[in-house]
Parts: sequence; structure tokens; C-alpha cells
Amino acid sequence: MAHHSNEPQVTVLPPDKAKIMHLWKVAGILLAVTVAEFAVAFLVPHEFHTTRVAIFVAMTIVKAAYIVGEFMHLKHEVKVLIWSILIPMVFVVWMLVAFVYEGMKLSDIRFF
Amino acid sequence: MAHTTVATAPGKSIWDGGVSPMGASYGKLMMWFFLLSDAFTFSGLLITYGLVRSSHQAYQGTIDAFTFSTEYWPVPEKVFEAVPFLHGVELPLVFVGIMTFILIMSSVTMVLAVEAGHRMDRKAVEKWMLWTILGGITFLGCQAWEWTHFIVGTGTPTVKTIFDSVTGLSQQIDVYGANLHVNQYGPQTFANFFFFITGFHGFHVFSGVLLNFLIYYNTVTGVYDRRGHYEMVEKVGLYWHFVDLVWVFVFTFFYLV
Repeated sequence: MAHHSNEPQVTVLPPDKAKIMHLWKVAGILLAVTVAEFAVAFLVPHEFHTTRVAIFVAMTIVKAAYIVGEFMHLKHEVKVLIWSILIPMVFVVWMLVAFVYEGMKLSDIRFF
Repeated sequence: MAHTTVATAPGKSIWDGGVSPMGASYGKLMMWFFLLSDAFTFSGLLITYGLVRSSHQAYQGTIDAFTFSTEYWPVPEKVFEAVPFLHGVELPLVFVGIMTFILIMSSVTMVLAVEAGHRMDRKAVEKWMLWTILGGITFLGCQAWEWTHFIVGTGTPTVKTIFDSVTGLSQQIDVYGANLHVNQYGPQTFANFFFFITGFHGFHVFSGVLLNFLIYYNTVTGVYDRRGHYEMVEKVGLYWHFVDLVWVFVFTFFYLV
């Protein structure tokens, strides 16, 4: 940048060490959960399909909570904003349950 | 940007105007609601995948004896087991794991850029934005490789029976790789969902990289210093974290389950 005379005077604050440490900690958790997902993928046999899926879904929700809560800062927003984002997710959960159930019924009709 | 909630006049609700009841600026709030609608779009894609997958036959045998067939849904870890430069080595899900790592790391560098923006530290914002852009481009490169591998296919063909309605005869063809007409790895819809879900996510990554570059450019030229705040970094950061969030779900529901 050229040194213009109308360049604003900006006060740069020092890095917030505690906050940065916290962010790296969250990153560590996300990576650790991903590694754990790999462990489950290869250590839990495919015969236990329901167990595998349950563990994967639980771990995904943990990761999603850290990304949305800490990285996207939603956990530290005002309550009304948190709920405006979270409550509509009920539709997604309902849609998931309804459609996968529907799919299993379709499979019954087609193959048995 | 720190937002202070303005005290309301007595007898007036905070929803009567003039204050930000959600404690976020208009732009940030609209980004949140856009992301909510985008989450519905991705949910639509992933849930339809769940519907179609559960309406197909699952593979019944042991995992070691698995072979590709158009009769049943494939086991994802048997489809995605190739890694660049390691031709012929079976490394299930390793490359997808590397891609996940890259995207999580670029999310971390983005949040560090946001933190630097809060402190008006232009040099640090520039540094972390560059790392974020690099992560995004690397992810896109990985995806290009994965798509190429998926389209070209493995050396062993899958036999598919097709019915010729003119001659009335059935005919067996060798299928290599996958596209929107044939699929070596399983039922046709498996390939279609692969292209649509990872493609739609990849397009989000691509537009995210463009937005990140725009932010980087504005930072370098001092736009945000003159404006007095770095809130744009925060808004685009929200979008970038959302792209990472979607990948977490794609990783679980497309590759792991």
C-alpha cells in the first residue's frame, strides 16, 4: 500500500492468546473425532450395521455442534438467534426419519 | 464486530425497531438465514440419498468377498479406496480422510482470520486468508482427482445386462467407471448421487474460494481499515464454516455409513 495522507489510523490490538488456544483446542477435538470415526469404520465389523450407523451419527452431531457453536460462534450469540437457527432443523430430522422409513418400505415391496 | 444492545425506552418492546434484538448486524443475520435455507437444500439431497439407498437391496455377504454389482448398493469403503501416486494399493477412505483434514484445517485458519479481524490486525488477516484460500484450492484439486478416478473406473469391468427393446434380446456389456448413463460400482443412482452431492458441495467450495479471495483482496487494499471494521471477514467466514459443516455430513452419510 502506498502511504496516502488520508490513510486511517488503525489501532492493532495484540493477539488474544486464550481465545486462539481455545480455537486450536476445538480444531484438535474435530480432528480427534474424525480419527475416531475411522477407527470405528475399521474396527467395528460391518455385521453390526445399526451400531456403526448410531456411532457415526452421534459423532457427526458432536462435530457439527463444535463447528456451529464455536467456529460459527452460535453458542455465544443471543438466545433468540440460537433458537431461530436450531428449531427449523426439526423439519430436517422429521424428513430424514420419514423418508428413510419410506425407503425401507419400498425395498420390502420391491424385493420380498 | 461487537454489537451493543441498546436499551429500549420504557413501555417499548425490543422488537419495535431501532435496536438489534438478535445482537447481530443485518448482514450477519441474513447470512445465517441464507445458510439455514442452504442447509435445507443439502438435507434434501442427502435425505433423498438415504431414501433411494434404503429402497435398494443391501450387500449381504462378507466384506472381504465384496464385488461390484448393479444388483445391490455398494459398500462405500470399497468404492473409495484409491489414493494418488499409490496405484493399485487398497487404502479404503484414506483419501477422503485427507480431504476432511484439509477442509477442517482451512476452517481453523478462517476462524483465526476472523479473530485477527476483530483486532484490526491487517497483516494477520492477510496471512490467515491466504492459508484458507490455499486449503480451499487444495480441496478442489483433491476432488478433481477423485472425480477423475470415479469416472475412469478400476481396471476390472462390471458386467451389466441390458435389454434391447428392438430385438427383444438381453445383452451383457462390460462397464468401466461411472457417469450418468452407466455405473460400474452399483445401481445407476449411486453414481448420480455421487456426482450431484459432491458436485453441489464442490461448487460451494469453489464459490467460497472466490469469496475468500475477494475478502483477501479487500483486506490488502485496506478497504476494511478505512471502513473501520472487518465484519465482512466474519460473514464470509460463516459461509466457509458452513461448507466445512456440510462436508462433515457428506463424509458421514455418503462415505462412512
